[in-house]
Amino acid sequence: MDQKIKIELYRTMVLIRSFEEAILRDYHADKKPAWDIGAGLIPGEMHLSAGQEPVAAGICANLSPGDGITATHRPHHLAIAHGVSLKALAAEIFGRETGLGKGRGGHMHLFDPASHFSCSGIIAEGYPPALGQAFAFKWKKTPNVIVAVTGEGAANQGAFHESLNLAALWKLPVVFVVEDNDWAISVPRHASTAIASNAERAAAYGIPGERIEDNNVEAIWRSAKTAIDRARSGEGPSLLEIHTVRLWGHFEGDAQAYRDDLDAARAHDPLPAYEAQLISEGFLDSAQAEAIKEESAAEVEAALSFAKASPLPDAADALRYVFA
Amino acid sequence: MTVTEKEASPATRRLTTSKAMVEGIAQEMERDPSVFVLGEDVGAYGGIFSSTTGLLERFGPSRVMDTPISETAFIGLATGAATEGMRPIVELMFVDFFGVAMDQIYNHMAKIHFESGGNVKVPVVLMTAVGGGYSDGAQHSQCLWGTFAHLPGMKVVVPSNPVDAKGLMIAAIRDDNPVVYMFHKGIMGLPWMAPNPRALAPVPEEAYEVPIGSAAVVRQGNDVTIATLSLSVHHSLDIAEELSAEGIECEVIDLRTLVPLDRATILSSVAKTGRLLVVDEDYQSFGLSGELAAIVAETDPRLLKVPFMRVAVPDVPIPYSRPLEYAVLPTKTRIAAAVRKLMG
Repeated sequence: MDQKIKIELYRTMVLIRSFEEAILRDYHADKKPAWDIGAGLIPGEMHLSAGQEPVAAGICANLSPGDGITATHRPHHLAIAHGVSLKALAAEIFGRETGLGKGRGGHMHLFDPASHFSCSGIIAEGYPPALGQAFAFKWKKTPNVIVAVTGEGAANQGAFHESLNLAALWKLPVVFVVEDNDWAISVPRHASTAIASNAERAAAYGIPGERIEDNNVEAIWRSAKTAIDRARSGEGPSLLEIHTVRLWGHFEGDAQAYRDDLDAARAHDPLPAYEAQLISEGFLDSAQAEAIKEESAAEVEAALSFAKASPLPDAADALRYVFA
Repeated sequence: MTVTEKEASPATRRLTTSKAMVEGIAQEMERDPSVFVLGEDVGAYGGIFSSTTGLLERFGPSRVMDTPISETAFIGLATGAATEGMRPIVELMFVDFFGVAMDQIYNHMAKIHFESGGNVKVPVVLMTAVGGGYSDGAQHSQCLWGTFAHLPGMKVVVPSNPVDAKGLMIAAIRDDNPVVYMFHKGIMGLPWMAPNPRALAPVPEEAYEVPIGSAAVVRQGNDVTIATLSLSVHHSLDIAEELSAEGIECEVIDLRTLVPLDRATILSSVAKTGRLLVVDEDYQSFGLSGELAAIVAETDPRLLKVPFMRVAVPDVPIPYSRPLEYAVLPTKTRIAAAVRKLMG
């Protein structure tokens, strides 16, 4: 893999982490001393993606303009890696009129038609609309693909299986991705899923399936490239399960008392690991790494400043946008 | 499957409701290549209730697609395709099946435009068969339009006759919003159901729209307003004719659209008659009939000279056995009794 791609993967991961750390900071800043999930500049549930950066970076580095991605209730990493405007993303999280959905959606309901990005807060239910986007690409005879992402907890939902079947049947240009972060909120994978690898489920639909271990961004990049190339060339869908790590709670405020793997998880933080790898391989030095972190932090702070300076929606407009 | 149609000149050409619907779909497919049809048995079979007859032969399998029995996947596919600029018509074979796919309908199809702050349009037509009266039991006989009308983000149209069926279909396809198009099996003119003379009528050959959101006063009268829809329009018109001989003149409103509801037509009729009967084949409580009563109460309760009445399904699953089913459906007997009671 050439240096340019490696640095780009690293830069994307750093940008995602910078963003999530900044949201984490601002989310908690004004919810004290008494915890009130609905209080503060960022109200509501907040599902942050720290630890899962390699999934987003590795997949999205293979996408071209016109390709799309469908994410979950934990969508920021994929939105950022896919190139959704940080300002519009931050503004939506802050509930502002300048946000992706003008403050109507919130962080689980992000839509960026320019980059064909969307997400759904309902487990596995982002897959079926992705089929339709793929169907439309095929009808328009564009060489574009959709990557449909969900979590390992979603692989037991009907929508997951219905979507794999229909996409395989109609050879739609979709890549199905399962982000396995070991935890469906508080339920460990072994307590929810009868098989060790969801990639095995691909066989049931006659499509390629692969499980990628160790949250390794370069392995993810390579497997995603194969699957995306396959979809783009008209050969139909693939299923990738990526074993990643959820460093923080299911949502902010989740004390994670149920987790016995937190120390191990922290030891598997992919960011310092990949940075150390690139330095040891001679592709990066500490000064360059610091520069990338500073640039990312500056970009993130600019986006958050934009969000906070943007107007809240006017309550008089609460009934707008129900219909076109 | 052909019905009692005759070759006739365009002006008097008569079509069944199902053929009028199909003609509307076909004309839009001719006009707009982004319109396509998908669902269970919409291809070679032509739709279990003849809603797609002949479309496969005419437009081919790339635009008329049989799907697996997999409503979540294919209704969601329709939504996603619509967000990318296509205009899918997706059939849910019986509305009773909505339970297996409702997340895609009410959390995705209906909400994406709103959640995106108006940036993403979702022009899907979700067409679905409704209604009972032929002993199909509790899971294949419901109307459920109140359920869809209750949830924001979907327009809901319910034609009662061939002319409206075609015009509302064309309007639904051209609309930039999700439109739930609900057709009663009993109005389709199917040769394997009870004959219905109002299911066959002259239909203009050219493409035309019946505006969504516009009710029709299908019979004028000064004594009682009957606000109704779908097959119950036919029953109400029959009763209105019968009672006319007794000197009672009913005004019959075919609502045609539930979302958005034509409140003005209802209220001006009630202002004239002072008596309101809602005839609704959906369940009675928390639905259309209560909504119409609320609209009158919110506007001016003094519009009513006598208390509001409704004839609906009295909150019981639709029974299988004929005497039981006809005890709960809004039959002509129940409608006539309600009108007489309103007239005191």
